[in-house]
Amino acid sequence: MANNYLDISGVGITFPTDNGPFCALENVNLRIDEGQFIALIGHSGCGKSTLLNILAGLEQATSGGAILQGQVVDEPGPERAVVFQNHALMPWLTVYQNVELAVKQVFKGRKSKREMREWTEHNLQLVHMEHALDKLPGEISGGMKQRVGIARCLAMQPKVVLMDEPFGALDALTRAHLQDSLMEIHAELGNTVVMITHDVDEAVLLSDRIVMMTNGPAATIGEILEVELPRPRDRLALAENPDFNHVRQQVLKFLYAKQRNPALLEENAAPKETPASEPTPLRAVNDSEAA
Amino acid sequence: MSTVHTVTDSPPAGALSASILRRLNHALRVTGLPVIGIGVFLFLWQLAASNINTSLGQFPGPVEVKEQALNLYQEHVREREKADAFYARQEARNAKKLENTPDAKIKWRSYTGKPTFIDQIFTSLYTVSFGFLIATLIAVPLGVICGLSDSVYRAINPIIQVFKPVSPLAWLPLVTMVVSALYMSDDPLFEKSFLTSAFTVALCCLWPTVINTTVGVSGIDRDLVNVSRVMALPTLVHVQKIVLPSAIPMIFTGLRLSLATGWMVLIAAEMLAQNPGLGKFIWDEFQNGSSNSLGRIMVAVITIGLIGFLLDKIMLGLQKRSSWDKQAILR
Repeated sequence: MANNYLDISGVGITFPTDNGPFCALENVNLRIDEGQFIALIGHSGCGKSTLLNILAGLEQATSGGAILQGQVVDEPGPERAVVFQNHALMPWLTVYQNVELAVKQVFKGRKSKREMREWTEHNLQLVHMEHALDKLPGEISGGMKQRVGIARCLAMQPKVVLMDEPFGALDALTRAHLQDSLMEIHAELGNTVVMITHDVDEAVLLSDRIVMMTNGPAATIGEILEVELPRPRDRLALAENPDFNHVRQQVLKFLYAKQRNPALLEENAAPKETPASEPTPLRAVNDSEAA
Repeated sequence: MSTVHTVTDSPPAGALSASILRRLNHALRVTGLPVIGIGVFLFLWQLAASNINTSLGQFPGPVEVKEQALNLYQEHVREREKADAFYARQEARNAKKLENTPDAKIKWRSYTGKPTFIDQIFTSLYTVSFGFLIATLIAVPLGVICGLSDSVYRAINPIIQVFKPVSPLAWLPLVTMVVSALYMSDDPLFEKSFLTSAFTVALCCLWPTVINTTVGVSGIDRDLVNVSRVMALPTLVHVQKIVLPSAIPMIFTGLRLSLATGWMVLIAAEMLAQNPGLGKFIWDEFQNGSSNSLGRIMVAVITIGLIGFLLDKIMLGLQKRSSWDKQAILR
C-alpha cells in the first residue's frame, strides 16, 4: 500500500554559527506509507533529532520540506504529535490533567465534556496507567512517565507519531515492557510512527523500515532496510530467528563499519595505525547512547 | 524465641536511652539553640547599653525597651478610651439636640487625637500592602512579557538596570510633586501622603519581581515549550497553563525580595516625608528628645524587624500554597 502518506523531499538545514554556516542535513528524501513504523538510527550528532523536529514543525528546513497528506509541514501541530525523550510532562499537573490538557486543546468544540473525559481515560488505559490518574509526575517512575507521554501523544489522534528516543532514558527491563506496549498499541491503532533510536535491537524489533543516517556534517540517509519479520513479533522467539539476526547484523555493519562513530574516529586519529573498518563491539551502542 | 521477643518488644536499656538522648539532642537544636542565641544577644546588648551615654541619657537596654513597649501599649489604650468617650459625648449631645429641635442640623466629627504607636503600625502596613500590590500588578505581567519575548527584554532591560539601583529617597520629591499635581479631588479616597508613600514603595519594589519573573519565564524547560507548541496552545492558555506554574518559584522569590525592599523603603520614606506611619513615629520621637525617646525608638526598630519577618513568613506561606512542588525546601 504505497500511498506516500508522508513525503520528505530534498530536506536540508543549515545553521548559522560563529565559524560560518553549518550544514547539518542535506538532501534527505524519504517516503513513508500510512501505518508504517519507521526507525531512524545513526550516531549521535547525525541530525536525527533535527530531522524529527523538522517533521514536527519545531524547526524549519532551509531547503526542501515535508508534505503530510498533501499538506506542507511548516508549523508544529497536534496532527504530528511528539513523544519527547524526557517525557516533558508538566510537573504541576497530574497524570490525568497532563493528558486532558492536550485533549481539551485538540477536541475543543468537537467533543462534549463527558466524551473528553472518556477519551482521556481511554488513552491512559491504553498505556496501562489508569491506576495513577491523580498522581503527579514526580510521584511515578520514569517508565510510567513515558507511558503518560505516549498517552498524551496518542490522545491528540495524530496522523504521525514522532518519537525522539522515547526509551533512551529507561533501564533495559522497563524499556522492554514499553516496547511491547508500543507494539500492542501500534497493532491496535495502526498509527504511522517515526521513531529515533540508538538501540539496534529496538529498531529491528519494532519497525517496518530502518532508516540509517550517515554521519554529519551534511548528514543524509545512508541506507534503508526493510524489516520483513512477521507481526506480532515476540522478542524471545526473535532472539533465535536467523532473519532477525541478519537484519540486526546489517544495521550493526552500517553503523560500525561504514559509518564509524565520529567520536571514536577522533580518538583514533592520533595513533596512525588503526584498523578503520573493524566493527566496534556491541557495547559501544550504549556508549553512544550515553553521549 | 525469647531472643526475638526481647528484640521486638522491649529494646535493651542502652538503645532506649540512646533514642531518648537523640530526641533530646534534636529538641535542643530546634528550640534550645535559638533561645541561647537570643539570650547571648540580650546580654551583650545590656552590656553595651550600660556603657553608652548619649545626650538623651543612657542607651536603652532590653529592660527599658520592654517598659517602653508597655508604655506605648498603655498610651494606645488610653487614647482609645478618650476617643470612645469623645464619641459617646458627641452622640449624647446630638441626641439631646434632636430631642429639643427635631429638624436641627447635626454635625458628626471624627476624633482628632494624635495617632498612637499601634495606629502607626497599621498605617504603615496598609501603605506597604497598597504599594506592593501596585508593584506586583505591574511587575508580574511585565516580567512575563520580558521573559517570553527576547525583543521586549532587550528593549526594556537598560531601563530596568538604570532604575533598579535608585534609592527611594531620590524618587520621593518627584513622587510628592507629581501626586500633588495630578491627584486633585474634593473628597479624596486616599490621603495624598498615603499615595506618595505607596507609590514610592511601588517604584522601588517593582524591580526584583520584574527581574526574577523574567528569569523564571525565560528559563522554562525547552521541552515543555515544545509540547505547548505541538499542542498548538493559544498564547493565553500557554501563559496560564505552562509559563506561570513553571515560573511560580522564581516569581515568589522576586515578590519576597520586593516586599522586603518595600518595607525598608517605606520606613525611610515616612521619615523623610513626614507621612504617617512608623517612620514618622521614629522621627517624631527623635525630635521630641525626651529621656524615653531612645527606648521608644528601639521598640519601633524591633517592631519593624518583627513585622518584616512576619511579612516574609506570610509570603513563604503563600508560596508554599501556590507552588506545585511541595517537596521543595523553602527558606
